[in-house]
Amino acid sequence: MYGLIQQLAPGRFSSPAVDFHALAPEIILLATVVGLVLLDSIKLERARALMPAVVNIGLLTALVPLVTLASSGEQRSLFEGSYVVDSMSLLLKALFLVSAYVVVLLSTNYVAEGDYWESEYYTLLASSVLGMLVMASSRDLVGIFVALELLSIPAYMLAAWRKGDSKSNEAGLKYYLMGVFASAVLLYGMSLVYGVGRSTRLSEIAGNIDKLGNKGVPVVTLAILFTIVGFAFKVSAVPFHTWAPDTYEGAPTPVTAFLAVASKAAGFVALIQVVFYCFAVRPDIIQPVFFVLSAATMTVGNLIALRQTNLVRMLAYSGIAQAGFILAPFVVIEDAGTSALSAIVIYLVIYAAMTLGAFAVVIAVSRTTKSAELSSFGGLFNYMPGMTVAMTVFLASLVGIPPLGGWFAKFGVFSALLEANTPLALTLAIVMAVNTVIAAFYYLRVAKTMWFDPVPESSSSIALPVPTSVNAAIGLAVVATFVFGVLPGLLSNLADFAPIAIGR
Amino acid sequence: MMSFLNDWGLILTTFLPLAGVMVMFLIPKESESTHRMVALVTSLAAAVMGVLIMVNFDYGRAGRLQFVVDRSWISLINSRFIMGIDGLSLPLFALTLLIVPLVLIYSWNHIPSPGNPKAFLILILILETGMIGSFVAEDLILFFVFFEVVLLPMYFMIGVWGGPDRQYASIKFFLYTLFGSALMIVSFLSLYFMAKDPATGELLRTFDMRALTESGGAGLARTAAILIFGGMFIGFGIKVPMFPFHTWLPDAHTQAPTQGSVILAAVLLKLGTYGFVRIAIPMVPVGARVWAPVIGVLAVIGIIYGALGCLAQTDMKRLIAFSSVAHMGFVMLGIATLTDFGINAAVFGMVAHGLITGMLFFVAGSMKERFHTLEIKRLGGLLVQAPKMGWILGFATMASLGLPGLAGFWGEFPAILSAYNPAPGLSVPLFRTLMIIAAVGTVLAAGYLLWLYQRTAFGTPKEEFANDSSIHDVETTEWIAWLPILVLIVVLGVVPSLIFDVTNPAVSLLVAGAQG
Repeated sequence: MYGLIQQLAPGRFSSPAVDFHALAPEIILLATVVGLVLLDSIKLERARALMPAVVNIGLLTALVPLVTLASSGEQRSLFEGSYVVDSMSLLLKALFLVSAYVVVLLSTNYVAEGDYWESEYYTLLASSVLGMLVMASSRDLVGIFVALELLSIPAYMLAAWRKGDSKSNEAGLKYYLMGVFASAVLLYGMSLVYGVGRSTRLSEIAGNIDKLGNKGVPVVTLAILFTIVGFAFKVSAVPFHTWAPDTYEGAPTPVTAFLAVASKAAGFVALIQVVFYCFAVRPDIIQPVFFVLSAATMTVGNLIALRQTNLVRMLAYSGIAQAGFILAPFVVIEDAGTSALSAIVIYLVIYAAMTLGAFAVVIAVSRTTKSAELSSFGGLFNYMPGMTVAMTVFLASLVGIPPLGGWFAKFGVFSALLEANTPLALTLAIVMAVNTVIAAFYYLRVAKTMWFDPVPESSSSIALPVPTSVNAAIGLAVVATFVFGVLPGLLSNLADFAPIAIGR
Repeated sequence: MMSFLNDWGLILTTFLPLAGVMVMFLIPKESESTHRMVALVTSLAAAVMGVLIMVNFDYGRAGRLQFVVDRSWISLINSRFIMGIDGLSLPLFALTLLIVPLVLIYSWNHIPSPGNPKAFLILILILETGMIGSFVAEDLILFFVFFEVVLLPMYFMIGVWGGPDRQYASIKFFLYTLFGSALMIVSFLSLYFMAKDPATGELLRTFDMRALTESGGAGLARTAAILIFGGMFIGFGIKVPMFPFHTWLPDAHTQAPTQGSVILAAVLLKLGTYGFVRIAIPMVPVGARVWAPVIGVLAVIGIIYGALGCLAQTDMKRLIAFSSVAHMGFVMLGIATLTDFGINAAVFGMVAHGLITGMLFFVAGSMKERFHTLEIKRLGGLLVQAPKMGWILGFATMASLGLPGLAGFWGEFPAILSAYNPAPGLSVPLFRTLMIIAAVGTVLAAGYLLWLYQRTAFGTPKEEFANDSSIHDVETTEWIAWLPILVLIVVLGVVPSLIFDVTNPAVSLLVAGAQG
C-alpha cells in the first residue's frame, strides 16, 4: 500500500509509455462524447440545435491526427503490441469517421423533424464510432471484444429510436437479441482461442497455434469456428443474416445506413484482425469455412433480394450479397494474402460510398413519397431527375459497371481469387461472376422503376425540397463513387499494405 | 502542334464529349435548342480533333501505334492509362467520329417520345466517349472500362425512348452483355497472371496490350489458352453478336429509338469484332487456332440463320436487325480464317456494315415516323409517296446485298474468298465448305433485301396511307445526316484501297505475330 502511494506521489510517478499522437483520434472523439453529454445537461433549447454541429466538428477534427499520423508514415505499436496504428488502421479509421459524418448529415433533419431526443442520438452515435476506431487498431482479443460491444450496444438503442413505431421496436429488439447471442458465441470461441493460444495478443496466439501443428485439431477448429461465427452475425453473413432485413426496415433510415455501412465494416475489420493476424496460420481450417460463408452469402442474399418490393429491404439483402463478395478474398489468404487484404479494405471503402449514397437518396425521396416501397418511386425521373441520376449512379456502381467505384471493388476480389489460382478460389470466382449478373437484375429493376415506369396515381409528384445536408451527403457520395472508379489508383495506393505481419 | 497532338490528341478526342455532358448538366432542361447546340458542337469538336489526328497520321507506318499516351493509372495492379492508334483502329475511330455527329444532326428535329432532349443527347455523348475510348485503349483494364461505359447509356436509351416492348429488350441487352463482360474480365485477369515474356520467361504481370500482343500468349499452357480464349469468345461473341448469342439483338434493335439503332449497328457491334482482332487473336493465338473452326462454323450458321430469319420477319426494323446477324457472320468468317486477307476483309466489313446498316436504320426510323408502323405488309409505294427516300432505301439495300461498286461488296466478297485458304493448321476442307455455304448466304441476302424493297417501295401506297398528307419526302436535317454516309458508301465501293491500305500493315503484323 505504501509503495502505491509512493508511486503516486509527485515526482515519483512513472506513467506507462503512451503515444498520445497515435491515440489522438480516439481521444478527440471521446472528448466529443463528453462534450455532448455536458451540452445536453445545460438544458437549453439552443444547445440542442448545436448538437449535430458539435458531432460533425468532433468527427472532422478527429480526421486531422489521422492525416498527421499517415504523413509520418511509421507503424506505431502501443501496449506491447495489442494496439497497432498502421496504414491499414488509419485508412479504416478515416472510413469510419467519414461514414459517420455522412450519417450525421443524413440524420440532422430526420431527427429534428421526428421530434426524437437529439442529444442522446448523437452521443450514442459518436460512442459507437469510438468503438469502431478502437476496433481498427486492436490486435488483442480483449480489445476486440470491448470495441465490439462499444460499437454494438449504442447501435441496439439507435435501431429502436422511433419509439412510437412497433416496427422500430421490433428492429431494436431483434438486433439486440441476435447481437447478444452472437457476442456469447464469440466469447465462447475466444475463450477456446485463449485456451489453445495461451495469450490474448493475436500475434502470440498465432505463434502458439502454429506450434501446435497437428495436435489438438478439433479444439483449434472449434475455437476458430466459433470466433468466426460470432463475427459472421455482425457482418450479416448467411446463415446468420436473419436479423438484418427486419432491423434495417424498422430502424430509422439514417441508422440503417449507419448499420449497413459503418457497423458492417467494423465487423469486417474485426474479422480482418483475427483472421489475417492470427488464424491465417491455419488456412486449412479457415479457407473452407469462408468459401461456404462467402458462396452462401452472395447467392442467398441475391436470390432473396430479387423478390423484395421495399427499397430498404432490398438494400438490406443487397448488402448481404455484397458482404458475400467481401468475404471471398478470405478464401485465398494463404496463396494471395496481400492482395486479399487490399481487396477487402478497398471493397469496404467503395461499398461505404455507394451504399451510403443509395440510402441518402432513399431518405431524400421518401420525404416526398412518404414510403420506401419500390412502386412509390415510379416515374421519379420526371419530377426528381437529379435524385434519379444520383441513385442510378449508386445502383450502377453496386452492379459493378465501370467507371463507377464498384467495378474496382469487384475487380480487386476477382484479381485476388485468380492470383491464388486454387480450385476453391476459381470456383468462387465463377459463383461470383454468376451472382454479379443476378444482382444486376434487381438493381436495374430499381433503375427501371425510376426511369421507365409511370408516376403512381397516389403520388403528388411534386418534389418536396431536400434538406441541404442530405444533398451534401449525396453529392459527397457521388463524387467519391466516381473518383474511386476513375482513379482507383488513389485508393489502391493507400491500401497497398505491406505483407502481413503474422507469425509465419 | 505535332507534340500537342501526340500528347493530347487522343485524350481530347475521347473526353471532349464528356466535357459537353458536364456543360449540359448545368443547363436547365427547358432550353432544348441550347442542348442540341452544345451536343453537336462538342461532337464536332471531337471530330475535328479526330480529323487532325487522321491528317497527321503517318500512313507509311500504319502498322505502328501512333499518338501514344502512356501515363500511370492504377499502380497496384500495374494497369496504365495507355492510348494509341494504328491502322487497325483508325477506320473504326473515324467511323465513330462520323456517325455520332450525324446522329446528333438527325436528332435536331427527331427526338423520340417522350422527349427530354437533354437526357437523350447526354446519353449519346457518353456513348461516344465509351466507343472512341474502346478503339484507342491500349491497356486491357482501360479497354474494359470503356467497353462497359456504353452499357448503361444504351440501356436507358432503349428503356426510356424505345418501342412498346422496350423494358424487356433493354434488360435483355444489359444482362447478356454483362454476363459476357464478367467472363471477359476473368479472362483478362488470367492473362495478367499467366502471360510470360517470351525472351526471358519471366511473368509479365501487365495489362499493357502492346506487351501482351508481343508476348503472343507465351507461357500459357494449351488448356489455359483455350479457356482464356473461350472467356473472351463469349464476351466478344455476345457483343458481335454471334449465333447462338444473338437473341438480344433483334429485340434491342427493334425496340430502340432510331438513333439508338444506328449507333448500335454502326459502332457498338464493332466493339465485339474489334475485340477479337485486337485482343483475343494476337494475345492468345493458341486458343484462337483451336477455336477458329468453331467461330467459322458459328459464323456461317449465323449467315444462313440470319438470312432465313430475315425471310420470316414481318417488321422492317426486325428484318434489318436479322440482316445484321448475317452480315456480322461474314465479318466473323473473315476473322476465323486467321489470315491477313480475311482479317482485312473483316475490318472493311465492319466499316461497310456500319455505314450501310446505319443508313438502313436511319431510313427505317424516318419511315416509322411517317407511317407510324414498319409492318411490311402495310407499307408500299414509298417511291410514289416519297420518291427520294425510296431511292435512298433502294441504294442502301443494294449496298447491303453486296452490289459491286458499293462498299458492301468489299466486306463480303473477300471474306468469302479468304475462306478458300485459311491459315496453316486450320482444316482446308472445312473452310472451303464454309465458303460455299457463305456464298449461298449472299444469294439469300439478295433475296430478302430485294423482297423487302419490292414490298415497301414498289407498287402503290396502301389505302390507309394513300391520302395521308403528313407523309413527306426527305427533310433537310435528314439530307445533312444521310448525305455523308451515302457518299462514303460509293467512295469506299469504288476505292476500297482507302481502307485496305490503312489496315493492311497493321493486320499483317498482327497475323505474323499470331502465327510466329
